[in-house]
Amino acid sequence: MSGSSPGPLLLRGGRVVDPSQGFDGVSDVLLLEGRVEARGKGLPTPDGARVVECGGLVVTPGLVDVHVHLREPGGEHKETIESGARAAAAGGFTAVCAMPNTDPPIDDPATVGFVLSEGQRAGGARVYPLGCISVGQKGERLAEVGEMVAAGAVGITDDGYPVMDSGLMRLALEYSLIFGVPVADHPEDLGLSRAGVMNEGLTATRLGLHGKPNASEDVHILRDLMVAELTGGHIHLQHVSTRLGIDAIRQAKARGVRVTAEATPHHMLLTEEAVEGYRTEAKMNPPLRSRADTEAVIAGFCDGTLDVLATDHAPHHYDEKEQAFDDAPNGIVGLETALGLVHTHLVGKGLLDLPTLVDRMSVAPARAFGLAGGTLCEGAPGDVTLINPAARWTVAASRFLSKSRNTPFEGWELVGRAVMTVVGGQVVWELEDERS
Amino acid sequence: MTHTTAHFGKDLIGLESLSAEQILLILDTAEPFKEISERRIKKVPVLRGKTIVNLFFEPSTRTRISFEFAEKRLSADTVNITSTGSSVVKGETLVDTARNLEAMRIDMVVIRHGSSGAPRFLSERIPSNVVSAGDGSHEHPTQALLDLLTIRDRLAKIEGARVCIVGDILHSRVARSNIYGLTKLGAEVGVCGPPTLMPVDIEELGVTVFRHVEEAIEWADVLNVLRLQLERMQGGYVPSLREYNRIYGVSRARLERASKELLILHPGPMNRGVEIDSDVADGPDSVILDQVTNGIAVRMAVLYLLAGGAPEKAESAKGGVEE
Repeated sequence: MSGSSPGPLLLRGGRVVDPSQGFDGVSDVLLLEGRVEARGKGLPTPDGARVVECGGLVVTPGLVDVHVHLREPGGEHKETIESGARAAAAGGFTAVCAMPNTDPPIDDPATVGFVLSEGQRAGGARVYPLGCISVGQKGERLAEVGEMVAAGAVGITDDGYPVMDSGLMRLALEYSLIFGVPVADHPEDLGLSRAGVMNEGLTATRLGLHGKPNASEDVHILRDLMVAELTGGHIHLQHVSTRLGIDAIRQAKARGVRVTAEATPHHMLLTEEAVEGYRTEAKMNPPLRSRADTEAVIAGFCDGTLDVLATDHAPHHYDEKEQAFDDAPNGIVGLETALGLVHTHLVGKGLLDLPTLVDRMSVAPARAFGLAGGTLCEGAPGDVTLINPAARWTVAASRFLSKSRNTPFEGWELVGRAVMTVVGGQVVWELEDERS
Repeated sequence: MTHTTAHFGKDLIGLESLSAEQILLILDTAEPFKEISERRIKKVPVLRGKTIVNLFFEPSTRTRISFEFAEKRLSADTVNITSTGSSVVKGETLVDTARNLEAMRIDMVVIRHGSSGAPRFLSERIPSNVVSAGDGSHEHPTQALLDLLTIRDRLAKIEGARVCIVGDILHSRVARSNIYGLTKLGAEVGVCGPPTLMPVDIEELGVTVFRHVEEAIEWADVLNVLRLQLERMQGGYVPSLREYNRIYGVSRARLERASKELLILHPGPMNRGVEIDSDVADGPDSVILDQVTNGIAVRMAVLYLLAGGAPEKAESAKGGVEE
């Protein structure tokens, strides 16, 4: 992305889907000097341009994932900024937002700067840091939000931990108004979720595992919505998984509360039954919930209550997952499976059309975090994803570019995947066997 | 070399996955083994040459000793590993501990672990037979089997009996294994305890939930009274042991108000004066020490069957004539 600008790139004859302009049709897209130069039919080929024939492919503004854990600094055995940025590119993402629950946490401008510069060197997707809400993620007092935003943070969150102190949440939402950045929260009332390691219900009762009730998420979502309404701040609710929580967001949006919210592929496609047999690859937070909840997440995602698709990409070394269920850490990797999963199971089943999926994976997340991109209008950054909607493939964690393999989707047969990822006019990833 | 038997697979992880026939097979196989413990020389050569590791990640006296007696009376060679004074406290993972034991060519592992699912985790990673001696809040299959045997001894049959489990159902592996075992054998099962210690959706396992112990006593033929762990008070589930005793304690006065006599079981160790009063524990309807005796026979039966022993040959195997 830095240094000399890439040569011209002409993407010829693809189905261009750009919901930011309400466009869906066969067209060429020309990228020049890192930006979108033109879109139109029969664009002339500039000297020295690489021409990619895009017949049968979908050309979209680059996909954006606003919720990933890149683990650096401190967790480099799980993932690095470089491996994470490359895994993102392999999943079709041109930009990701890195969560600050690292060791040390990203709670000062120096660490924000470190993530930014490592991301620029990585040569994959763009990496946008989020800063902590509170010093050390302790939930006590505000971190230097202004300094972090000046250093490049695009939002604040204590993700990994919910903000339990409602007074601190009020301060964060008020203070964020100075900078116009969202406050992202992991909604979970720790008093209600207590020692839970999976969803509360019959499966947890049978397995003898402590459960987290839906109410632990619902009350925290309601709290955040009310404090956002009080302050006028922008609350971004992460990985929403409960039906009543989604209803509350829908109602708050109708009242004009500034709220955006995430749906993850796993909370749409897996239920608590995936935990059966103490499968630690199905251990995550929020936990996989009931069938009624997955249906509500899909409905909320399709109707736009949940604005953005996010992976909550949470890499863990296999040793860490190879433990008794109680002892294993939460989370799954998601960057390299997200597009295929939602394309297969939502678009493929007629629940969502492709332009709406592109909106949820590109336009809406870029808008929610004020990122450049999410559009192919002239002059926009040359961030483009090429998707082969007919490609059949099987999830094989051994082929991930991520350093970690913790996926519950191993062996799933999917239709549709990214075949080329372009960041700033530069091809940063290309599916090799697919093009031949 | 994977050890499997035709009777119930390689391992005994819980009763949820067993059929009524398999449970009855264990109980019937336990019958001839009862007599060994009554002999002057309490040893038969059934498991001679077998190596069994008792891997206890949680403190246990009764269950560990019961397994050890069962193993020794069947002539197995046994090693005890407890979480203190082993590599367990040096940070070695469960899977590494298991693989090291496997490398020493053992035949069976008896595991007690604080995390639900640990025995299953182990069983999927080593070819040796794995027997759960209790995992987290999941299952404690041999405890339930000995409870079933004790009830059957007294009532002649389990089918149709009304058995109520009283106490901290939420954290109890004994409760879960008993629910599976009893319902599979046709008993009616009740659970009774404070709502703070009652698992969500427990009635979907086919049990009746009682909020008041008086109702449970009136309904039941058998009470299985669970130990109230002191941690439950510290965790705020119940305000005090005194109050717990007042509301849920099984006392002579409460039993006398019932229209019939009840059989009293307790998996031990007892908190006298908390969940059970001494005059009940020591009374004529208490079979608490019979449970302890039966525990050895049931565990002998489980080890014998897992080692490939034929149930119909258990009687003759005691004399060493098998093989």
